Amino acid sequence: MSTIELTASTLDPAAASHDAVVQAGDGWTHLVRAGEHLRIVDLDGNQAVDTLFYDAHDHAERYSAQDTIRAQGAIYLTTGSRLLTGSGRSLMTIVADTVGRHDTLGGACSQESNVVRYGEHTRHMHACRQTFLAEALVHGLEKRDLTHNINFFMNVPVTPEGGLSFEDGLSEPGKYVELRADVDTLVLISNCPQLNNPCNAYDPTPVRLLVWAAEAA
Amino acid sequence: MTITRVLPGAATWSGVLRRGSALELEDVEGGANVTLLLIDAHRPTERLNVPDSLKAQHVARITTGVALYSDMGRVMASVIEDTCGWHDPLCGHGRLAELEALHGPSSYAAERNAVRRGAREELVLELAKHGLGARDLAATVNLFSKVTVDAAGRLVFHPASSPAGARVVLRADADVLVVLNTAPHPLDRTPGWHPRPVAMDVRDVGVAAPDDPTRTACPENERGFAATDAGTER
Repeated sequence: MSTIELTASTLDPAAASHDAVVQAGDGWTHLVRAGEHLRIVDLDGNQAVDTLFYDAHDHAERYSAQDTIRAQGAIYLTTGSRLLTGSGRSLMTIVADTVGRHDTLGGACSQESNVVRYGEHTRHMHACRQTFLAEALVHGLEKRDLTHNINFFMNVPVTPEGGLSFEDGLSEPGKYVELRADVDTLVLISNCPQLNNPCNAYDPTPVRLLVWAAEAA
Repeated sequence: MTITRVLPGAATWSGVLRRGSALELEDVEGGANVTLLLIDAHRPTERLNVPDSLKAQHVARITTGVALYSDMGRVMASVIEDTCGWHDPLCGHGRLAELEALHGPSSYAAERNAVRRGAREELVLELAKHGLGARDLAATVNLFSKVTVDAAGRLVFHPASSPAGARVVLRADADVLVVLNTAPHPLDRTPGWHPRPVAMDVRDVGVAAPDDPTRTACPENERGFAATDAGTER
């Protein structure tokens, strides 16, 4: 196991321009302007924060997990990771991370994928893509715009043999990740409601979202 | 119906595969790469979802017995034969800028049809022929290319993992629009611009039987195939 480097932020929550707690199963959309910082705090530990990113002025320019991992040559996201669009432009950069590893291979849960993974009895349970769709529709986006997200605080290792596993997270209460917007970025969050995955101990929990103005950052 | 053709390197093709037909691809010279996107032939908002495919089957590679899922929980296609053992679902398609950074700029005027063509740019054009566009360009799979992940999470590209004559056969489990591009894998640093051709053949193989090995590979696939069967019978 390689050493995981952690980076703290010096920004003071008291100076944030936006400070919200988002409950498990809820959505949150925010336009983070170029130069602003967004911090996501895992209040109770091992929560999955499913997040999508769009260029605020051109929604076809959206976060691409494949372009992002290819450009950095590694599958895990942490400090220094640039979140790229399909055209290779950077939307945001991770500038602080007290967890050390975030997933972008696992995608978001949906009613349909829950049926595949867990069985028919889960079809009508709340799921991230319901939240994403609800948030998307009020911001001029639609289903075709929903693509492969980041799962902040999730740990999804790939084995050398090509296996994929969902492991207990490295996160703990109060750990956080912080991103700087490189361009004006529309951020869609689904605070994952999943009740069928042991990664969150079957107990999804709230997260805190803080935004600092460019001048404060 | 049988279609046989050779797709040159750095070329693009699209066509509808009917449920129960199969697309066979052969790496003619060795070292080919085929970027693959699947879109439901009747409902274009339903498309290949790489994360859903990987997490349903707990895999980070594609080979025989692996199903490719749509974002609606249905199996769109499955790999029924494969002589490679590993196709890359992680790295996606490259762009012209990446090829030019590696191989230098090129122009049609100077090089005619040996001009560099980027997978993303060509896939967007191909999608436009179907009334679709960049918003419909989901994550893709790279056939004939092997990329492993080391203990630190770093991507390791394995050059020439596919020998001449390597074959992969993809069965359509629903009616799917298949979009292919044969640009080199974006992590292929092999010097020189030599995009490789692939031979293509489409034939009838029949729908997945109740004892089909991909269908029965795991309970997840049983449910995914059941959803496909139910959706097709409507």
